[in-house]
Amino acid sequence: MTTLTEGARRASSVRDGAVPTRVRRRPAAWWGLTPFALYVVLFLVVPCAIALGTGFVSSDGAPTLSGLAALGDPVVLRAFGSSALVSGVTAVVGALVGAVVCWGLTALRPDGVVRSLIDSAASVLAQFGGVMLAFAFTATIGIQGVVTQLLLTRAGVDIFAGGVWFYQVPGLLLPYAYFQVPLMVIVFMPAVTGLKPQWQEAVATLGGTARQHLFRVVVPVLAPAFVGSLLLLFANAFSSYATAAALISQGSQIVPLQIRAALVSETVLGREGVAGVLALGMVVVMVVLMTLYSLLQRRTERWQR
Amino acid sequence: MTTTAPGDPTTASPDGDDRSAPAGAARPVGGAAVAFRSVVKRYAGHTALQGVDLDLAPGELVALLGPSGCGKTTALRSLAGLETVTSGRVTIDGRDVVDVPTHRRDVGMVFQAYSLFPHLTVQQNVEFGLRMRRVGRAERSTRAGDMLDLVGLGDLGGRFAHQLSGGQQQRVALARALVTRPRVLLLDEPLSALDAKVRVQLRDEIRRLQRELAITTLFVTHDQEEALAVADRVAVMRAGTIEQIGSPEELYAAPATRFVAEFVGTSNRLRAEVVDGRVRLPGHEVAAVGSPPDGAAWAYVRPEDVAFADRGLAGVVEGVSFLGAVCRSSVRTGPETLVVLDHRADERRPVGARVALAFTPASVAVAPLD
Amino acid sequence: MTGRSTVARRAALVVVGAVFAVPILAMVAFSLRSADGTGHDLGHWRAIVDPENERAYRNLVEGVTNSLVLAGASAALVLVLLVPAVVLVHLRYPRLVRPLEFVSLVPITVPAIVLVVGLAPVYSVVARVAGSGAWTLALAYGVTVLPYAYRAIQADLASTDLRTLAEASRTLGSGWLRTMALVVVPSLRRGLLAAAFITVAVVLGEYTIASLLNRVNLQTALVQVSRSDPFAAVIFALLALLFAFVLLVVVGRVGSIGTARPVLPGRDRARRSRTAPRKALS
Repeated sequence: MTTLTEGARRASSVRDGAVPTRVRRRPAAWWGLTPFALYVVLFLVVPCAIALGTGFVSSDGAPTLSGLAALGDPVVLRAFGSSALVSGVTAVVGALVGAVVCWGLTALRPDGVVRSLIDSAASVLAQFGGVMLAFAFTATIGIQGVVTQLLLTRAGVDIFAGGVWFYQVPGLLLPYAYFQVPLMVIVFMPAVTGLKPQWQEAVATLGGTARQHLFRVVVPVLAPAFVGSLLLLFANAFSSYATAAALISQGSQIVPLQIRAALVSETVLGREGVAGVLALGMVVVMVVLMTLYSLLQRRTERWQR
Repeated sequence: MTTTAPGDPTTASPDGDDRSAPAGAARPVGGAAVAFRSVVKRYAGHTALQGVDLDLAPGELVALLGPSGCGKTTALRSLAGLETVTSGRVTIDGRDVVDVPTHRRDVGMVFQAYSLFPHLTVQQNVEFGLRMRRVGRAERSTRAGDMLDLVGLGDLGGRFAHQLSGGQQQRVALARALVTRPRVLLLDEPLSALDAKVRVQLRDEIRRLQRELAITTLFVTHDQEEALAVADRVAVMRAGTIEQIGSPEELYAAPATRFVAEFVGTSNRLRAEVVDGRVRLPGHEVAAVGSPPDGAAWAYVRPEDVAFADRGLAGVVEGVSFLGAVCRSSVRTGPETLVVLDHRADERRPVGARVALAFTPASVAVAPLD
Repeated sequence: MTGRSTVARRAALVVVGAVFAVPILAMVAFSLRSADGTGHDLGHWRAIVDPENERAYRNLVEGVTNSLVLAGASAALVLVLLVPAVVLVHLRYPRLVRPLEFVSLVPITVPAIVLVVGLAPVYSVVARVAGSGAWTLALAYGVTVLPYAYRAIQADLASTDLRTLAEASRTLGSGWLRTMALVVVPSLRRGLLAAAFITVAVVLGEYTIASLLNRVNLQTALVQVSRSDPFAAVIFALLALLFAFVLLVVVGRVGSIGTARPVLPGRDRARRSRTAPRKALS
């Protein structure tokens, strides 16, 4: 009994001597969070609001819904369609080839040099290539491209015999696929490495063959991650601008180029409203995709624990 | 290295409790006989198993006990077929299984963690093995349901693995392994990832189930208390070989090597003199286990065989720990000797007190000085 | 995994690797084309360093300089603004973690091409306050790199258990500021370095915002040059890609230093490192 109260008295005397910390805490947090919050508001929230809002404001500043009619314009719809087509095709190709690469990567040591190099190369191509990939493909299959010339001189094949498709929408397919595959590797690999060896061993001890393990365990477990990654690839291609802008200097066949035209055009005033509406349309698509992606991602993570 | 086979007179403990498996007695058919013969497993630059010989009688639970890296898991996985052996034979019911792939060996295995399929419910997980054997849906459902009831998870069939606690997950893993009525059950440290209380609960249940189903079982663990509590016989492994096999009582009372004496339970190691098969401890003379040669040796005395006395080895109490069931005191009897003894709480002496210790074992295990 | 499937997997990697090497090799071959188009020589490469052509490449030089300045400024912005916020939220305000994660995902959902529509009016204000130099783009870039930088810092945070270290430091008597300087920052060295390098790589490759806000950076200069001299454009693109690659390889290796586990003999130990943490009572 006595020892308990003695201890308490001793502890409180130490506390009285210490500097009260509560007053000091608030300023520290303030200094850390407020500048960041301010910055985010100024350069993220406000631009987003403006971008999405200009579609609803007419040229004399009054709020209006008529701007949304631009989304029904056949040219705009065709642009959305082309965007969707390019994004869809390259997402599927990227997902399939990327999944194969992920499977191949499991044969390498996870902390080895080769794996590091591949990871870094994937990062560069997937996220920072942009304009430079356009040049790469111009040098490859452009009119003066190395491969074009090779096919022409050595095999007598002229890939542009039916028309120069390279500087049109079809010409986007190859460069886009080139950055979709690495992105798939980056996004899908964690799910692949999350496959536990214990599952394969458990299937074996339960009487299942390797094929049964593949179809009854690997495929169902990887399915949400695969579909989620596919959606992410679609979103990535849909919102991509630099490569298209570098290849297609004049023309607005896909939505990002439409936005460029709307921003750069000097012909019609009030065109900013169109850019806003296009931006809104694009964001709606992106929000839907990203929501689905995050739902699938949550399930994948739950299973990886 | 001493090996005892089941049925040997030394296996049965004096009060004839149900620990020993009566060899060859009429038993419900559930288990196969397993044998390891001179099994060697070599990896590049490292030999995991250096000639392991081990027999498991039908329906027996043998624990493979040892520290990390001793090869116990490798031995288990060789039996499962998840590892190939470099040389030697592994047989199940007399048949060499070296050419039999894992999925045809009819073994049930419970892993340490992570083995439940995350995309299937508990019920579906348990039914998996039956599905591989093409059992019909109705029968699958009934058998899985019964097995879940048996492990105490009857109403959790619809849950998923991530919704269960660690102990529940291991029960599901157990049900899943047992529902196909395998000939051999393999447990690879099934309790090591669980909390202490859950561990004790679950190990008793594993034992109960194993007895009820009479399945030959190999249980790998690094926890000696677990091995002693659960097994019919325990094989202590070190560096790829079995140092001793015997009943838990044998291993505890008569460790054959220094490693076994120090690994199983707590021991005091004292300098002693062996004369004519008897060990001279300070103030006490006791029979030695086995027949060690005469001369100086290490003697191993358990804390429960040491007591405070009026006369005996002199020392000073250095520390006292209250462990609930017993009190454990450490007494310094020499510059490098600290003797640990267990006693009742009301027998405790204060720290710093001068005491005398008496040794009261019936017999003492002895190992050569080296 | 059997030996056979390892061969198949490596073969798959080699095949895909070869296909992906083609455009890069084509860039190299393209840049080595001789002036008359028949053979191969280093003519274009020499032309770049030739002082005579200095005027033609002035735009490019300006672009490179601007991009390097932007890279530094953006990295500084990230380190000064983002890092304290991330650390504070994870250590002191755990309930703000989810909102912070959400904020870091917004720039992915709202891509640069959309953001720039709203940035134009904001930048007209910025121009009045701070001029219209290219460096002001750093303010927009801090937002663009947010997802990448946040993930880099957060990954390091998660693996360091910073909260325990910070609490240990506090109970040993050091105030918040000293804890930040002496404990937090050194512990997050890897994540900070990764965030800085990734920021540099992103900024060097950024085109959308720079071009639509009419500023000159490396990528806009490249596009400009490509219209008149495709060879120079290809050469610089190659160099930029190589530079970003080297940067990220360094990030990758730096990140792995200190996390590599020694390879221990015996399966038991290797498997123990994958053991689940203790679960709750059943």
